Amino acid sequence: MSDHLIDLVDISKSFDGQLVLDEMNLYIRENEFVTLLGPSGCGKTTTLRIIGGFETPDTGKVLFNGADITGLPAYKRQLNTVFQRYALFPHLTIAENIAFGLKIKKKSRDYIRDKIKYSLKLVNLEGYEDRMPDSLSGGQQQRIAIARAIVNEPKVLLLDEPLGALDLKLRQEMQYELIRLKNEIGITFIYVTHDQEEALTMSDTIVVMNQGYIQQIGTPEAIYNEPENAFVADFIGDSNILDGIMIQDRLVEILGTRMACVDAGFGLNKPVDVVIRPEDVELTGPGEGAMDGVVTSVIFKGVHYEMEVEANGFEWLVQSTHMHEVGAHVGLRVEPDNIQIMNKPESEDEKAVELDV
Amino acid sequence: MSDRRSTRRRLLAGPYIVWMVLFTLVPLAMIFVYGFTAPQGGLTMANILAVGQKENLKALLLSLKLSLLCTVICLLLAYPLAMILRSNTKSSASLIVFIFILPMWMNFLLRTLAWQILLENNGVINTVLTFFGLPKAKMINTEGAIVLGMVYNYLPFMVLPLYNVLTKIDDSIFEAARDLGANSFWTFVRVTVPLSVPGIISGITMVFVPALTTFVISDLLGGGKILLIGNVIEQKFTTTYNWNVGSGLSIVLMIFVIGSMAVLQIFDKDGEGTAL
Ligand SMILES: Nc1ncnc2c1ncn2[C@@H]1O[C@H](COP(=O)(O)OP(=O)(O)OP(=O)(O)O)[C@@H](O)[C@H]1O
Ligand SMILES: [Mg+2]
Repeated sequence: MSDHLIDLVDISKSFDGQLVLDEMNLYIRENEFVTLLGPSGCGKTTTLRIIGGFETPDTGKVLFNGADITGLPAYKRQLNTVFQRYALFPHLTIAENIAFGLKIKKKSRDYIRDKIKYSLKLVNLEGYEDRMPDSLSGGQQQRIAIARAIVNEPKVLLLDEPLGALDLKLRQEMQYELIRLKNEIGITFIYVTHDQEEALTMSDTIVVMNQGYIQQIGTPEAIYNEPENAFVADFIGDSNILDGIMIQDRLVEILGTRMACVDAGFGLNKPVDVVIRPEDVELTGPGEGAMDGVVTSVIFKGVHYEMEVEANGFEWLVQSTHMHEVGAHVGLRVEPDNIQIMNKPESEDEKAVELDV
Repeated sequence: MSDRRSTRRRLLAGPYIVWMVLFTLVPLAMIFVYGFTAPQGGLTMANILAVGQKENLKALLLSLKLSLLCTVICLLLAYPLAMILRSNTKSSASLIVFIFILPMWMNFLLRTLAWQILLENNGVINTVLTFFGLPKAKMINTEGAIVLGMVYNYLPFMVLPLYNVLTKIDDSIFEAARDLGANSFWTFVRVTVPLSVPGIISGITMVFVPALTTFVISDLLGGGKILLIGNVIEQKFTTTYNWNVGSGLSIVLMIFVIGSMAVLQIFDKDGEGTAL
């Protein structure tokens, strides 16, 4: 408890009778890089706005260092936001934009001047003091928005898809830039994105959300390697998600074929979801694997080939450094510990959050 | 290609140019001709200098006073209204705008006459007052009545440009201000007002200029006893048939209008105000 900087306790929020967040619980530790990840409309921005003080939850509490700040207006909170569309003040110069918060706090002129200089240096835009926001490129405006937020020395920086409007190359550059920045100033980042790669690259902790529910919280490795349900598996990286039946401990039946796995404790003949990553499917000669199939498409992806293999009525996604021609007959094999077994969603609520990406 | 296009554009502009020459430039030229000549012929500055005569000067100063007052009142009334409109959802905002504009579809004279009937000594308001045993109020033929008429007629011209400019500001700009520690007051002073300057300028122009030059409102609600510069000029043309002095005073008034617009332009750096 003591190292929690922010606690969201049983937060629910609906708009026009539509439930957007349902009893959400989440804590964020000091100095953590937490990413809220999920498909469009799942409630990421709403969560961030509740933390920032721009929305009030219908029920539940927001704690900051253990103190209830649910009703505290945004301008009194010790956090700053980097908005999705920058939201720079169009009538103010870059320097005035950055100084905005400091002037409100009545800091001295010298202090403000130093801070402007320091923050522009931090975001690699020295010498831009007197430019107007609309004369800057999107990436530059975004960096100014970050500078404008961090000069206030917030405890937490909230970032809502800050790189969403940038092209791929600039986005990757900015990702490293942000990580460097965070290490340099040492504050907590709460970051919203729907880009799973971005989340995996940058975060200490990823919170996977769907339709107002948290699906899984964990490190990037845990989220990728041990997804807790089919939604997470599907959303993070490519996967083959199949219906299976857990015949007994360590034996699962997929598409009519029994395969060895390492999971246990599901009971006998229990329907489950089975997730197999495409890089974990090995292609062998026909008859040598667990089942046989025919290659239906091949795409060259640079490091590897991505193939689709039709086997037992299922279109398998396979990644391999060896190419097999379209039409080739192959066998499929999966190592037991590469087969992920997950419980099927039980309630309607959980169903609602399944696979709609 | 671009040559042909510009020729076509020039052709399309033709009717407007004819219109402008006939109905703007020619009358303007006539006013200047009359303004700088004596009735007997010969150039003179006397018509312009006529503004220095006591009653003319008094009317001009009163016009300036009342139209400034009207502009200030309109601004104070319109700004909160435009803010309320902005914070409403699109559909309810357009309903309010609609209700607001509705009277503007009625003839300007009729609307002002309606006020006359309300304000008269034996008018609607005084009838109600006497019914409740209250003393009658002297309302018609006062400066207050004229300002009221001006505000009533010109308020929409202040609200609409303000509303237009305020709705163009993204919500996230206001949220950014709050995020950076500005409470409602500072957000208003540091963000809302500066960003709405083009609307303020445009609104002031659209209220101040017609209020400065009006003669109908002062005629109907001032009962011909309170003369604005517009009334003086009107009389020169229609009662005393002194077109020369009338034109001379018009030129003076025009100088005031152009001057005030020039002053306002200084504040409106981007020239957005005129675009409404
Ligand atoms: N102010 C609002 N009024 C009504 N509905 C809203 C409002 N804000 C959000 N919503 C709804 O709440 C849901 C969640 O919205 P939210 O903006 O939190 O999604 P998101 O995860 O940020 O999505 P995206 O990735 O598209 O930004 C959506 O269905 C949205 O339509
Ligand atoms: Mg969002």
